[in-house]
Amino acid sequence: MPILEGQGVTKFFGGLAAVSNVDFHVDQGEIVGLIGPNGAGKTTLFNLISAAFPISSGEIRFKGQKLNGLKPHQICKLGVARTFQETKVFANMPVLQNVLVGAFFGSPNRVSWADAAREATQALEFVELSAMSTIPAKDLTLVNQKRTELARALVTKPELLLLDELMAGLNPTEVSESMELVTRIRDRGITILMVEHVMKAIMGICERIMALHNGEKIAEGTCQEISCNKTVIEIYLGEEAHAGN
Amino acid sequence: MDISKFTSKKFLATAGVLLAILVFLATFPTYGSNSAVGIGLTILMYIILTVSWVMFSGPTGYMSLATAAFFGIGAYTCAFLYQKSGPLLPLPAVIIAGGLVSFIFAFVVGLVTLRLKGMYFAMFTFGFVMLLNQFMVYYELNILGARGQRVFPITNQTAFYIVLVILVLTLLAAYLIRRSRLGLAMQSIGENEEAAAHMGVNTTMVKVLTFAISAFFMGVVGATMAPRWEYVDPSVAFNMLYSFMPILMAVFGGMRELYGPVIGAAIFAYSERTLRLRFPYHYMLAFGIALILIIIFLPGGLTGLVPNLKDKLSGLIARLRKGGQSEQNANT
Ligand SMILES: Nc1ncnc2c1ncn2[C@@H]1O[C@H](COP(=O)(O)OP(=O)(O)OP(=O)(O)O)[C@@H](O)[C@H]1O
Ligand SMILES: [Mg+2]
Repeated sequence: MPILEGQGVTKFFGGLAAVSNVDFHVDQGEIVGLIGPNGAGKTTLFNLISAAFPISSGEIRFKGQKLNGLKPHQICKLGVARTFQETKVFANMPVLQNVLVGAFFGSPNRVSWADAAREATQALEFVELSAMSTIPAKDLTLVNQKRTELARALVTKPELLLLDELMAGLNPTEVSESMELVTRIRDRGITILMVEHVMKAIMGICERIMALHNGEKIAEGTCQEISCNKTVIEIYLGEEAHAGN
Repeated sequence: MDISKFTSKKFLATAGVLLAILVFLATFPTYGSNSAVGIGLTILMYIILTVSWVMFSGPTGYMSLATAAFFGIGAYTCAFLYQKSGPLLPLPAVIIAGGLVSFIFAFVVGLVTLRLKGMYFAMFTFGFVMLLNQFMVYYELNILGARGQRVFPITNQTAFYIVLVILVLTLLAAYLIRRSRLGLAMQSIGENEEAAAHMGVNTTMVKVLTFAISAFFMGVVGATMAPRWEYVDPSVAFNMLYSFMPILMAVFGGMRELYGPVIGAAIFAYSERTLRLRFPYHYMLAFGIALILIIIFLPGGLTGLVPNLKDKLSGLIARLRKGGQSEQNANT
């Protein structure tokens, strides 16, 4: 059974359909990639799932429950966590405090101080940031800010994690470390939906890929299928290849 | 290094200083002159308004100009319940009622307005004070038939003691909120509201609740000042100065630590009182210049200096030590 399912998902900004009649699903335990050129609607789809905006039409279900009409904090408590394309750490708060927010508020139960502190410390260990727990988040490098966001999301005990361009702006070493991290998260039983432009990362860890263009889903399939898909090559991969040259 | 010894020493020192201040304040009305007690009362009133303003606006960054509204609601609640012609309730009940009515108003207003961001929120809260002011003017003239309310009087000394109790409770509440998960939630909202919401923080609830808690303390002070002044009218109760002064005092003192607003309000209110008597035409000019200097040179406010100085001092000591060592090395 799919853990996340969307039917006819549509979002208008004024006259522009940023996401247009998209059907999709993510199965339990999968790592699914979401690709597409700039402005394709990938982030907007994440924003609809996490209820940053209300959906214009269509519906999204998480574990069979309709998400329409819920607020972002309720989505988080249901077990859907996310990171942001433009990092949104709590800049002036120490890293540990950043993660504590997730620990206290991310789960539906009331969490004690001792438990929150323990879980936050564990999450920081998991993303290998323990050494930086007292540093204000704004003083971290990009990769470490992204890991702070990751720890903050993980500590809410999600079943589904939405990663928006986790690898963007990272150097090759950092990219492979992050790929390894994502696989370790999946091995903990967390389903992952990730937006990524770094094709090496997508092809390396995703089991399935969806491609968006102008808000519409243009393709879906295994890595192999997608990398051979004519439309995707024309619209996206080709462009990337050119950009690469 | 034994840190626990340090902290316990520091704790004892803090507790000692606080106790000394409290004893001084609690005995002050017995030997202070009536006018000195009056000045003290005004200072304590401003400290409470500033601390309760910082309680909400400090961590969240939502600039509320509604302090005068909640102060005035408290004052008017008292004016109606504690009339000169015959109080309807005992004074403590009246004062708590003033706080509760402010709390309820803030809760409702917060639900409507805390969706507004930045300048729009500030402008709405400003408009809210104006609205209440004009409404009371209309209500008194057209429904009650006379401007202003006479309130059953209390002395400076009585008001001082009540306000002192309120101050202790306000500080206690501010301290506990800062250290609670509610404080953490407010801080995360101030840092990045969108991210906070996606981490599970019910941002609307947190903002509305703390806005209302801070309004409770503002209302309670308003309800205490009304019988002291013996008379309340809209321009007294909803005076915009009660909105602006606490902000200036908080900026002046610095908002990072709990004692920042306290010190800012104490110094500001005291010097305002004395300077205004001596230089009635120039004191505001002096304040303006002082504030500008502080904003430019001390963005953390007056108390922001403390960690700065500490850093500099420990840096200096470290350098001296190092210098001494290298000298020794050079000598050997
Ligand atoms: N809040 C908003 N208001 C108005 N238009 C928006 C908003 N968010 C996104 N859009 C528009 O919707 C379209 C899709 O944007 P979106 O951010 O989802 O693209 P994306 O696929 O994430 O692109 P990128 O790869 O550059 O991150 C764009 O045309 C964008 O300008
Ligand atoms: Mg995007």
